[in-house]
Amino acid sequence: MEWFRKAKAGLSGESKRDIPDGLWTKCGGCGEIIYALELERLFWVCPTCDYHFRIRHSDYIRLLLDEGVIEEYDRGLVAQDPLKFRDKKKYPERIADSQKKTGLADAIVCGVGKIGGRGVSFGVMEFAFIGGSMGSVVGEKVARAIERAMTRQIPLVIVSCSGGARMQEGILSLFQMAKTSLLLAELAEAKIPFISVLTNPTTAGVMASYASLGDVIIAEPKAQLGFAGPRVIKDTIHQELPEGFQSSEFFLEHGFLDRIVRRKDLKSTIISLLSFLCGPKAGVVEKSGHTLPNTVLESAETL
Amino acid sequence: MGPGTYLDFEKPVVELEAKIRDIREFARGESVELSRELHLLERKLERLRQDTFSNLSRWQRVQLARHPMRPCSQDYIDKMTTGFVPLHGDRAYGDDRALIGGPAMLGDRPIMILGQQKGRTTKEKLANNFGMCHPEGYRKAMRLMILASKFGRPVVILIDTPGAFPGIQAEERGQAEAIARNLREMSILPVPIIVSVVGEGASGGALGIGIGDRLLMLENAWYSVISPEGCAAILWPGEAAANAPRAAEALRVTAEDMSEFGLVDRIVPEPLGGAHRDPNTAASLLHATILECLVELSPQPVDDLLARRRDKYRRVGVFAEDETF
Repeated sequence: MEWFRKAKAGLSGESKRDIPDGLWTKCGGCGEIIYALELERLFWVCPTCDYHFRIRHSDYIRLLLDEGVIEEYDRGLVAQDPLKFRDKKKYPERIADSQKKTGLADAIVCGVGKIGGRGVSFGVMEFAFIGGSMGSVVGEKVARAIERAMTRQIPLVIVSCSGGARMQEGILSLFQMAKTSLLLAELAEAKIPFISVLTNPTTAGVMASYASLGDVIIAEPKAQLGFAGPRVIKDTIHQELPEGFQSSEFFLEHGFLDRIVRRKDLKSTIISLLSFLCGPKAGVVEKSGHTLPNTVLESAETL
Repeated sequence: MGPGTYLDFEKPVVELEAKIRDIREFARGESVELSRELHLLERKLERLRQDTFSNLSRWQRVQLARHPMRPCSQDYIDKMTTGFVPLHGDRAYGDDRALIGGPAMLGDRPIMILGQQKGRTTKEKLANNFGMCHPEGYRKAMRLMILASKFGRPVVILIDTPGAFPGIQAEERGQAEAIARNLREMSILPVPIIVSVVGEGASGGALGIGIGDRLLMLENAWYSVISPEGCAAILWPGEAAANAPRAAEALRVTAEDMSEFGLVDRIVPEPLGGAHRDPNTAASLLHATILECLVELSPQPVDDLLARRRDKYRRVGVFAEDETF
């Protein structure tokens, strides 16, 4: 099965596809022309200005999970069209287009894997799928990822990348915020750790639900983070927005982010945090009496 | 109702009502026999009211929910409760006047009642930021809910907001965090929570005080993931205003729609033509429904209450399985 396959080394940034042969890529930050192989080696981060190119969900799986392997769950959950939503395009057509483009059924991939030898319930969002928007499928998969963390007593790590709730599923999308937040209340009561990783962008309904509810919240540099969209804010207050508004740096300065972490340091930072949150060695009984098994894949049958 | 305080589609009704009033006045002064004419006009008015108000489009309901004369949260609090003591502040940053709340008596039951208050006069609307909360509004709401739960009092919430405020300071003070935290904490608050959408229920700004054991919606209230204008601005840039009615249809924003999705527990009827045409009746209908919910919820052991609340939200969503992925 494809999703058990070990991913190839190296990352493939989206922007690579803009360049024939993928040899040279223009930096979205400073405009510098960079050799693609060099970029790949640098995790798609500009060596001149530290601009973090947007990368695919599969790149984060390679970057963060041991061996780049995820045992994927709920891959076949697909959206319906409860509103019969029509604009220029029918919603089912929009879904089909995104499925073709990404190879995914919806905007998130969830499963279990290991980070630094420790089992985690892992989710990573895919922006290329209707802006990483959260409808019923994303909400349900996040909910199940949280439940999986509780059932297996393993920490939860979610890499967010989303413009918010999915308009085309209307109020059902909005209520996914409630569903995911409710389950995170249970996760917190069960004292299972949750590390929320924010990437560019994480806004609106996703930022105002699970992405903001991590025990620790870290973000890549210069990601756009916030509740309302900048255009909406500008139209409402009729003034220019300050430089760096709604960036990771802005979030850090105002106290809503624990750390800004460069892409190359994401994995080691998560490993360090998990050592604190779960105890230095897996399988060790903590004061609370919880045992956090390391061998995730072996306990797969418990679900 | 004075001039300018009615909607376009209300105009024929309002005009005929005014005409009948004038004739009645005239008849009184002049001792002219007009009862037959009046009777005919009143029958005509009744038909016109039925025709105008009994098959409202989604957009018309949105307009009614925003009607300048529509009762605000404060009106419902005044009409439904006694001994309301408004409390202020989030004990962290400030007091958000868009969010009012405090202890009150509903019948003989002590409750915590809170909600967004748009304001009636221009001055009040500006002070209350038109019912658009900053983070301190959500945090104030949470503080009051925690206070209620500490003393075992049920929480009654009135939603009426065009959205959480999209502004620089709101972002600086963590609008997203404030809403997210409320969603998490409200889902495990160990007292009954009854939520009523009395006017506008726009997106995360509404949901941020919207988790509960019962969700009620007034007949002409709307609730949506995004406002019709916001949706139209995304789908039809440059011609958003003209397409807002279309967006309201596409988004399916009414109480009936919400009920079809299984998300609303009770639709609270409004007087014909909307709550503003008879605020006392509107308030008494809401009062009766909230009281019924309290009677149902209050005897439930906390564990059962929370388990049911959990199931209610855990179930939300429409999706299918496709093995080919």
